[in-house]
Amino acid sequence: MLDKILFLLCLASALADERCMPAGRDLMLLMLQYVWNENEMFLFRASLAFAMRNHMNGQQFEVSNIIVCNETMRVSFWFIVTSPLDTSQLIDQENVEAAIRQSRNRINSAFLLTDKTLEFVDILPTLATLYTHPTPPWLIVFGVVMGAVSAGIIIMLVSSVVQKKRKPQDEDDDEETRVKTVENGDAHDGIHNMSFSEDERFTKM
Amino acid sequence: MENSAVEERPKWDNKAQYLLTCIGFAVGLGNVWRFPYLCQIYGGGAFLIPYLIALVFEGLPLLYLELAIGQRLRLGSVGVWNSISPLLGGLGIASSIVSLLVSLFYNTILAWVLWYFFHSFQNPLPWSSCPLNVNRTGYNVECEKSTPVDYFWYRETLNITDDIEISGSLQWWMVLCLVSAWFIVYICAIKGIDSIGKAVYVTSTFPYLVLTIFLIYALTLPGATDGLVYLFTPEWSTLLNPQVWLDAATQIFFSLSVAFGGLIAFSSYNTERNNCERDAVLVGVINSATSLYASIPVFSILGFKANNAFLSCINENILALTNEFEMPDQNITVDNYDHWVNYLNQTYPDQFSKVPLNDGCDRQKFLDESVSGTGLAFIAFTEAVIAMPGSQVWAILFFVMLFSLGLSSMFGNMEGVLTPIRDLKVLPKWLPDEIFTGNSIVFILCCAVALIFALGSGNYWVEVFNSYVGSVPLLIIALFELIGVIYIRGMKTFSDDIYFMTGRRPNIFWKACWMVISPLLLLVVFIFYVAVQARKHPTYPAWNPDYVDFPKTETKSYPDWVFAIIVLLCSVPVIPIPLMAIYRLTRRIMRRSSHHADLNPYNNYAFEG
Repeated sequence: MLDKILFLLCLASALADERCMPAGRDLMLLMLQYVWNENEMFLFRASLAFAMRNHMNGQQFEVSNIIVCNETMRVSFWFIVTSPLDTSQLIDQENVEAAIRQSRNRINSAFLLTDKTLEFVDILPTLATLYTHPTPPWLIVFGVVMGAVSAGIIIMLVSSVVQKKRKPQDEDDDEETRVKTVENGDAHDGIHNMSFSEDERFTKM
Repeated sequence: MENSAVEERPKWDNKAQYLLTCIGFAVGLGNVWRFPYLCQIYGGGAFLIPYLIALVFEGLPLLYLELAIGQRLRLGSVGVWNSISPLLGGLGIASSIVSLLVSLFYNTILAWVLWYFFHSFQNPLPWSSCPLNVNRTGYNVECEKSTPVDYFWYRETLNITDDIEISGSLQWWMVLCLVSAWFIVYICAIKGIDSIGKAVYVTSTFPYLVLTIFLIYALTLPGATDGLVYLFTPEWSTLLNPQVWLDAATQIFFSLSVAFGGLIAFSSYNTERNNCERDAVLVGVINSATSLYASIPVFSILGFKANNAFLSCINENILALTNEFEMPDQNITVDNYDHWVNYLNQTYPDQFSKVPLNDGCDRQKFLDESVSGTGLAFIAFTEAVIAMPGSQVWAILFFVMLFSLGLSSMFGNMEGVLTPIRDLKVLPKWLPDEIFTGNSIVFILCCAVALIFALGSGNYWVEVFNSYVGSVPLLIIALFELIGVIYIRGMKTFSDDIYFMTGRRPNIFWKACWMVISPLLLLVVFIFYVAVQARKHPTYPAWNPDYVDFPKTETKSYPDWVFAIIVLLCSVPVIPIPLMAIYRLTRRIMRRSSHHADLNPYNNYAFEG
């Protein structure tokens, strides 16, 4: 199938062949597993015509103005662009290059490829700047986490202060019972030698 | 409101809290990023043999000893050793100092984990691609020469200087993360075991949940089986290498977090009649089982990563060949790559030699790349995560798991510092207790000192602390602990203690271990460890973009003043042991000469000298 196309193209563009070589631009499809057929070629020529129209305002480029030659089994070929006004006139390299650069994104999108997988030889892709957020997202997450933790700390400290303030009211009732339980505990508890600490407690009262 | 010491001492709400806290303390970051590494470099499955032997004969006896003595004497690490013998009082202080120093750098690692966690909420992940250089003509040079993951870790996270002597400035973002980490530890540990006991319900169980999720997912990844086969294929010849046994014993020792004083503190809050033998065996076995369990997803993911690296390497070569020879797509595939290479080399040798092929596309080579520590978490794993679908979810899960693991270990570290301070009643009485002033002051001081790790050279200092504080002093403390309990307190008294607590005396296995095997093992480990460290002047890997072999790290040796600090870090924690002994001894001699009876009811030592 591909051979037939090659053949046809060679026949059809026999005239343009000599011009194809020196001024040709090379294109390469780097991605493996891309199905290439004549429809894809048509799409490519149409997108290139679109790019030329965008760049050179007013001139109505047609698909026939994009001439392709030197196709290989690897999806790579040369192409040249002729002027719509005069088919024997070639558009110079800089203009074609500029047009492709301008509409690079659209050409890529037509094939659902990226700058890495669709390469125009000698046209380096301009690197897209990564989206920089106005506020870095990590600060937002940090703010949320720290806010929650700080609120927790404040609540905890405040609640323990409030609890401590409430305790003196209950203390007086518990004093006597507490003394009793400790004394009982002393009788059974032979390990902790409480005799001296008891004195401290009573005197402080 | 002065109460007797019995009532004032806090208690665990239930047994589960106590067990979860001990398990959380023992299970830490090392289980995830040190044990798999050791398995990898020491012949896979074969490493389990020295590891389990070390667990049974060294780890479990030490663990049982600490839990038992803490539960019996019901005091923090300082009080416990004072009780056994006033000459051993320095042991508790040594434990506290080590716990303090370890807390300082350990929380810095948690700060790094937090930083990565905060950054996991973006699409695409910030470590997936290089930033552009200043004039936007290409990518940042440092990033291009290394990898985006390396760049994000060394430049955007640490902003590391190329030498430990160059301190750089305080990185404000790292200060924020450090303060956050300390705040989180503060809110969990401020009320002592009242708050820790609740926090561990989450921090100790969550890692297991995440590990299980990762286990299931990682096993479905392509290349996972390569990683697992690589991990578990035993290479029995490594057992003849003494270094393997040494590393197994060292790993068990540091993994169980003994000698920090934290375990003694935790068990001192127990009821008196609690079966600490069963607890010790449970904690030790669960710790080792977790290490093993964690190594499965780690290695599956490393296998996946190696597979990816291999495939991208091969595909690059295939592309280069396809472009050069202008063949149709899909003629050369990964499977028939070698066949094509041979054919093309023979048929078109000149053209073939012009193609820039990467020779290092070897599956085994990618699997052999071993990483541990921060390299595993922040470089290898983050790189693997980029290749997984739904990267953000996996990254978030992973970093929350790391944070939980580290947080529960931090609780033990801080308890090793806070409990002795409370028991010693060091702080003046007029400080209001409502706002937990004592604990708060400790936290604020720790946070302030830890800011040195937020400098440009912070990572180098963390390495210094990690290698020297968390190693030799602990071995010495553990050795003295064994001697102190078994020989100074006496095996008979200790057996009676255990009989009182559990209702049975320790059997012949425990006795043999405590009296002979464990001290011997510890001594051997200690001697070998010091010998290995002292053999060469210590060096460290520096990240220097101007280095000739960049992105490889440059091996620099520590300057003299850092070396002096290293010696200080090793010796300052252990100096209290002899100092306190000498101090108490001189006091006793002087006291005897002045015939003054000391009736301190808390110290139950027979006062006949």
